[in-house]
This record gives sequence, C-alpha cells and structure tokens, in this order.
Amino acid sequence: MPRRLLRNAEIVVDEWRYIAEAAADTAAPLIVTLTQWQLEPDIWLARGTPLGVVLSPADRVEQIAADLGVFTLIAAQFSGPGEGRGYTQARQLREQWNFTGELRATGYVRRDQLFFMARCGFNSFELPDSDIDDAREAFATFTAAYQPSNDAGLALKLRNTVAAPSA
Amino acid sequence: MYRYDLTDKTLVRQRVAQFRDQTQRFLSGALSEDEFKLLRLRNGLYIQRHAPMLRVAIPYGLLSTRQLRALAKIARDYDRRYGHFTTRQNIQFNWPKLEQVPDILEELAEVEMHAIQTSGNCIRNITSDHLAGITPDELEDPRPWCEIIRQWSTFHPEFTYLPRKFKIAVTGAPQDRAASLVHDVGVHIVRGPNGELGFEILAGGGLGRTPIIGEVVREFLPREHLLSYLTAVLRVYNLEGRRDNLTKARIKILVRSLGIKEFKRRVEAEWQLIREEGLRVDEAQIARMQSHFQPPPYRALPNIAPDSGREAAFRAWYRYNTTAHKVAGYRAIFISLKKPGVPPGDATDTQMDLIADLADRYSFGEVRVTHTQNLLLADVEQGRAYELWQQLDRAGLATPNIGTLTDIICCPGLDFCSLANAGSIDVAKLINERFDDYDYIYDLGEIDIKMSGCMNACGHHHVGNIGILGVDKGGEEWYQITIGGAAGADASLGTVIGPSVPKAQVAETIERLLEVYVEQRGSEERFLDTVRRLGVKPFKERAYAAPIAA
Repeated sequence: MPRRLLRNAEIVVDEWRYIAEAAADTAAPLIVTLTQWQLEPDIWLARGTPLGVVLSPADRVEQIAADLGVFTLIAAQFSGPGEGRGYTQARQLREQWNFTGELRATGYVRRDQLFFMARCGFNSFELPDSDIDDAREAFATFTAAYQPSNDAGLALKLRNTVAAPSA
Repeated sequence: MYRYDLTDKTLVRQRVAQFRDQTQRFLSGALSEDEFKLLRLRNGLYIQRHAPMLRVAIPYGLLSTRQLRALAKIARDYDRRYGHFTTRQNIQFNWPKLEQVPDILEELAEVEMHAIQTSGNCIRNITSDHLAGITPDELEDPRPWCEIIRQWSTFHPEFTYLPRKFKIAVTGAPQDRAASLVHDVGVHIVRGPNGELGFEILAGGGLGRTPIIGEVVREFLPREHLLSYLTAVLRVYNLEGRRDNLTKARIKILVRSLGIKEFKRRVEAEWQLIREEGLRVDEAQIARMQSHFQPPPYRALPNIAPDSGREAAFRAWYRYNTTAHKVAGYRAIFISLKKPGVPPGDATDTQMDLIADLADRYSFGEVRVTHTQNLLLADVEQGRAYELWQQLDRAGLATPNIGTLTDIICCPGLDFCSLANAGSIDVAKLINERFDDYDYIYDLGEIDIKMSGCMNACGHHHVGNIGILGVDKGGEEWYQITIGGAAGADASLGTVIGPSVPKAQVAETIERLLEVYVEQRGSEERFLDTVRRLGVKPFKERAYAAPIAA
C-alpha cells in the first residue's frame, strides 16, 4: 500500500522508498541509513535516483556534513515517544548546515509533536495512516511562540519575541 | 510583577484548548493510557495514589493576591480545600478529577497562571531567591532574568523531549537561598572583570538517587548571551545525556562521566556556533523586563524596633519569622506553613484567602512562596508588624519557627505520592510532638530538617543539616538519617550516620544527635558547623549507643 504522509502541511503519497521497499521499484528515490551510505556510497550514487539518508537518534549531523549536497531528503528517526534528539538534529541541519531539502520525521511521530517538530525545521511527517487526516490541525494549535524558529510560517515575525512589548 | 502580554495570554489559552482536546481524546479512547501519560505529564498532571495530582507553576515563587485567591478557589471548588506548596515554589492539588482539569486550567489562565512543564522531561519552573529585590546583599534582582528564561523555555521546540527533567535556579545575591547548587543548572548574577553584571553558570547539580553539587561551567558570561549559552548547555545534554537508563539520565551524570572540563569544552564549542544567532538579549529587552519588577511605592520611614516592650510571643515571632529589608522602615515577614500537626507546606483555602487579604493591606498585594515551603510578605512596614502578627496568630499562621528545628521541609510522602516508600508527613508530626519546647528549639538556633519519602528526594534530604529518607524494609517504613548537609552557597551533602531506624525511633534518634551538638558546640556555633568540625563519629556513637524503646 502506498504510504501517505504530511509534507508542507499537505497529505501526499510518498514517492520515496526505504531500502527494504526499493527492490521492486528501482527508479524510485531512495532513502539509505547512515551506515549504508558510509559503507558503500558509490553503489547508491550509481543508482542515479535522488538519494536521502535516515539518521538514527545517536547519529550526529556532522557525520553527513561533507555529503549534504548529495541528499535531497534527510530523515530523523524517532525511536519512541520520549526520543528528543531528532529535534536538535533538525535545528542543526537547518541552522548550522543550511540544509534546504526535505527534512522528514519518521518512527514514533504523533500529532501532538508536530508543532514542535515543524518549529525545529521538519517539513514532512510520517504519521500512522489513521492519524494523518486529523493531524494537520496540530500545526494551528499555537499561533504564537517565544523562540525563533525554522518554521517558515511562524518564524520571521516571531524572531526574538522574548520579552516582547505588550500588545 | 510580570504581567502577561498578548503573546503570553494567547499561548496559555491555546494550551488550555490543546489539553482539553487531549483529555477528551483520552477519555474517548482515541489516546491510549501510555500516550496520554506523555501528554499530561507535560502539564503537571500525575496519576497518584488516590487521584490525579495537579502541579501548578508559580514562576520563581511570585504570586499576586488575585492569583492566590484563584488558587484558594480551585482548592475549594475542585479539591479538598487545601493545596501543598513545594520546594520548587509551586503548588500541588492532590484531589482534582481528571475530567475537571481542563476547567481548572481555564480558571488559572484567567489569572495568568498555568501548569505548563511542571512535570515531564522538559525544562521545569524557574526558581529563585524568595528575597529577590528586597535583600540588602543583592547585586541585582534576579526575577527579570527568571522571566526571560521562563519565556524562552516555555514550549521550547527543541527541548521538550529531554532525557530527563531539567531544573534551573537563578540567584542575584552571594547567599544562595534557592539551592542553586543542587539544580541541573544554576545561574548566579555576578560581577565581571570590569565590574559589569553578568552570570556565573553552574551545571550538573542534583539530588535524587545520586546527589551531586553543581560545578562551574563558566565563571563569567556577558548577560546578553544568557539564552544562547543555556541553549548550548541544553543541546549538549539533549544529544549526549543518557536515554537508556532513567536513573542515569540527568545532566549531572553526563557532567560527571565527561568531567567538567570536557563538558565545558563541548558546551563552549556549541556556543561558538550559535552565540551570534537570534537569541541575543539586548539592553532594551532587559530594561523592558526590569520595568515589570520595579519596587512598590515605599514610604519614607525610619527603622524602628516594633518588638520592644511587646509580649514575648510577638518578640519571638518577630525575631524568627521576619528578616531584613533593604528599604528602611520595612521588613520581610514569613508566614510559617509548619504549624505542628499540619502537613508541612499545606495551606487551606480560607488561609489562602486570608493571606491574600493581608497581603493587600500590608504588602502591596504580592505573596511569595519560599523553597522551604513557607510564604512571605516581602514589603511590610515595621510599624504595622504587630497588628499583622495578631491577625496571623488568630489564623494559626504565626508559628514562630522559621529557620529552626521544626521548620521541616517535607515531601507529600506515602500518604499521597505513588513513588514514595514511606510516610513523611506523620514523621514530621512525631518530630513536632517530641520538640514542642520553644526555649529548647530557640537554644538550638539555626538548623534544618529535610525529609523525603523516597530516593527521588523531593524533600531535599541530602542537603538538610539533618536529612531523613524514607525506605521500604520488607513492607515497613524505615528511615535513614544523614547529618551535615547544607543547601546554601556552602552546599554540602549529608553523611549517613548508620543503619536506618523504624518510624517510632526517628524523633528519639534526632534528640540524641542534638544532645551531642548541645554538649560539644562552641559559642555561636551552628549545628552544621559542629558536625563539620567533629565529623559524624560522635553523633553516630550516641545515636546507636543504647537501644531505643519501641
């Protein structure tokens, strides 16, 4: 069954394939793990399709810094409900390494996390399929924030709101 | 005090709506118990022994009388007519109904309050010196900085799923009244090389299973960089703190395993990357925040001695329950929530209403919560102290024991908390019954007892001059006793005196420890100093010398 996900707040069918899904679909854009990439970069490059990489929570963004030009998608794996390293990975990718491609949250991703994920710079979200239709509401949970953010919607007008003047 | 602007109001209201929706999804079965747990825990809602427990944030312990009345009303309408003030200057309600919590949050939002991040693995309420802004030894009022950190840390998108909870305390005076050395991060306002104000940053302090005193990460941080530096500390912790073992997940374990030097190197490296980004706190922002904490309109008054010629009860209260104020003619007045027979830190709805009325009449409409679980009226005219005392006394709120043996810090313990191994409230009661002679208590002078019902150390027992820890021994409540702990600028961890004792022997054991002190103390020497001078041995020997009758 094709995978649906939220990308830029729209429900879309995912054109990307993870390795385990790619055998039947050799022309599809492919997401490899960091280890797979590090071991055999040439094999993946030879495929000739767009490439993405999925970071596990313990992977450091610096490990792919030199190869950022190769990837049009980077996914951060959330291994469980309390996992929080992906938020930092996202901010570092957007702010320190200026990654402008698709930044995807995968693994344990639920609607109540979406607002925070988006503000860190994620723009696509693999939710359980049954949650996707309602999940978009989560982006509108808060219309204000105290921190600068990487979310194009809220970011610029809210930069530096700490101690903002009374409205 | 800080008043909400449109952003604050919007956020808190939207939070109420979000939590109402989450609660409804849980009650309808759309969210599992585990999924809802993660959400409610970010909003101060625990499921406890009897009922949910709701912890409400009191940022740096400061309340308007309007807010205190709202807390009284919540205690009355949704709970059993009392609330429990905590060592982190918050208040807890022990008996709310889950389905009513969204309504409680709505009432809180009306008075610019919330329960955001009062639990869960995120940045918790910012605590501070209860004498902020009025203490003579202060370099600068820390509360504007507390509020800046509060805003920055509220719904922080990157730091909402940390390895473990994260507590920050800020102080502005050399004397540390906020236990900042046992916080994940301590922020101290200090003077830099050219006399300018900035911060000393400590990290890695904490109590719980592995008590550790925080270490200095940075001796001097220019103040405009506070938020970027905190971001760097949190980022290193978020990426590298342990997530595989709950008991090793606090930042103190990371700091200890890396060593302070390597931890500092990593923080500084991260900070260099982000320090010039959008988090600089500029002078206009600082001034704007400081404008919220301007002194009230004090009258020009001379210092007087309102206790001279008054009865002994007032003189004792004035000596122990009031403290110096930087403005002549004024005094800060503690309201003891440590009346014998009452669980430490508890206040009823009628007491809260009365205290609000008194604060309006005597202290510019503000009340503070201390980390020792008492309340404070910060700005009382010395000449009106006597009439204030009379009213407090009538309401059972003038127990003259601040800073003495019976000013016990205590967690809710087994009676209310599902984590606890043993009761603490009833031990406090036993201690109060044993030590009811004020001449003796006053003769002992400055001494504190801190008690926790389990290793989580909510009662800060490690840093009590006398610490009491509840342990479960084959289904019975036993108590391990430590001496020599301290929470101030000279913070130290207590030493265990020996095997734990059953509940009925706690008070007798403490009496024996105090006997050694009274026999051995030098002139003007505090209990803590005697323990530090003599070591644990003589105390231990006396405590276990003879069996205690059951």
